Amino acid sequence: MYDTAIPAEPPPLPAIHGPPALAVEELGHSFGKCVALDRVSFAVAPGGFTMLLGLNGAGKTTLFSLITRLYSNRTGAIHIFGFDLRRQPTRALEQIGVVFQQPTLDVDLTVRQNLRYHGGLHGMSPSDCEARAREELARIGLADRGDDKVRTLSGGQRRRVEIARALLHRPSLLLLDEPTVGLDADSRRHILTHIRALCREQGLAVLWATHLMDEASDEDSVVVLHQGRLRASGTVRTVCAETATASLPAAFAALTTGERPP
Amino acid sequence: MSAATYWYCLRSIIVREGLRFLHQRERFFAALVRPLVWLAIFAVGFRAVLGVSIIPPYETYILYDEYVVPGLVAMIQLFNGMQNSLSMVYDREMGSMRTLLVSPLPRWYLLVAKLLAGVAVSIAQVYVFLGIAWLWGVEPPPLGYLAALPALLLSGLMLGALGLLLSSFVRQLENFAGVMNFVIFPMFFASSALYPLWRIREGSPALYQIAAWNPFTQAVELIRFSLYLRVDVGALLWVVGCLALFLGAAVLAYDPGRGFWARRGGPAEQA
Repeated sequence: MYDTAIPAEPPPLPAIHGPPALAVEELGHSFGKCVALDRVSFAVAPGGFTMLLGLNGAGKTTLFSLITRLYSNRTGAIHIFGFDLRRQPTRALEQIGVVFQQPTLDVDLTVRQNLRYHGGLHGMSPSDCEARAREELARIGLADRGDDKVRTLSGGQRRRVEIARALLHRPSLLLLDEPTVGLDADSRRHILTHIRALCREQGLAVLWATHLMDEASDEDSVVVLHQGRLRASGTVRTVCAETATASLPAAFAALTTGERPP
Repeated sequence: MSAATYWYCLRSIIVREGLRFLHQRERFFAALVRPLVWLAIFAVGFRAVLGVSIIPPYETYILYDEYVVPGLVAMIQLFNGMQNSLSMVYDREMGSMRTLLVSPLPRWYLLVAKLLAGVAVSIAQVYVFLGIAWLWGVEPPPLGYLAALPALLLSGLMLGALGLLLSSFVRQLENFAGVMNFVIFPMFFASSALYPLWRIREGSPALYQIAAWNPFTQAVELIRFSLYLRVDVGALLWVVGCLALFLGAAVLAYDPGRGFWARRGGPAEQA
């Protein structure tokens, strides 16, 4: 009798070293009567690569604005490596690097001046900035362009500089909001490979927002957002299995065609 | 967060503002030509029309040119404050303000740093203008140039904070012409910049009241007195009070929890 009464053991959790890189819990926000996000929860593991999928207007930009503290969420909480974004904004923001959807480099300044400005905003000393700028520019293959004005760079190169800038202060979580929009196929591939390598080699956690399905690979975690609600989260494989579809685009279509559930 | 962190942040914001200013030569010349046109044309024409009696801080009869210089100095700062406000709205629309606000330093500090950077640029312009005015024959006491510095800092911050506050109300860049019409021109003309207050009272007691309450008048008088090595305590208190009020309101307007963004979203969401 004793042996049958033992409750089923929960499956062992994967080894967790500290809190998740990003934990979004019951997050909600609205503008007036328009609900932009409705009780969204998901997490990004340290060193994990997560794709945030959603059509335009799904709430991706609102989510990014909340995580980067452009404004504060109405309900729910955001933790970054365990730091509550509301209570410890400084500690939380120190961990984040961001590449915004809109290009945000000063085109009249040189690449290095742009990087120095960003480093200063994060409280880096000029010498530290200089050293880090050299490292990051070498990594993106633009070591010789540091003194050129951003205006002279191509769209793909500018994006790479923005990635270098986001990594300058050694964040542990990188957020990218539609980073490949408007780039040619070559630049897109280059940037995606670059970020995946960072994830693998440096243990950087990445949240990559996109509406381009082909950017996700089978091992990636995906979070599907539709009309402000979380429709699915898990690996591409589990999301496909849950929706009984064969590919991510099919799964996405199945998740986003239905009307908002009551 | 150490003091060095704050310093590096402030430094980089000022350096960027300076670099941007140097890259926009037309802006530099426009900023300089505007007061010079007033000094070289308007003041000359007005010299004969408007006699200025002996009023503090002046100790003798002065030419109109001399009277109008502090007003034009304040005008440089007013335009600068509004220019910064305009670039805040522009940066917001273009998204580049986000790179500023994602800094881990407190947001009020980022806003103050941005203000200080704008004021640093405006003070540089003011001294170039004062140099040209000196060649023109407007020669305040040499020490006055030094004594004016704290006054310029305060008035620049006050007008910059007003611009910052206005930028939080302006939703789109196109609406900015309204700010020109409803803020810059009334503030400038209904003040002691171009004519002494007692002259305005002769013309219209109501306008006199408005001009006396106008924070821009107080900025002009603060600069005027300091340039002649005097302190206008009333103007000083008025400018400091307005600075606290405008800056406090601007910090609230840009606050992540209570500000306008939380209510209506960033530029991308509005699109």
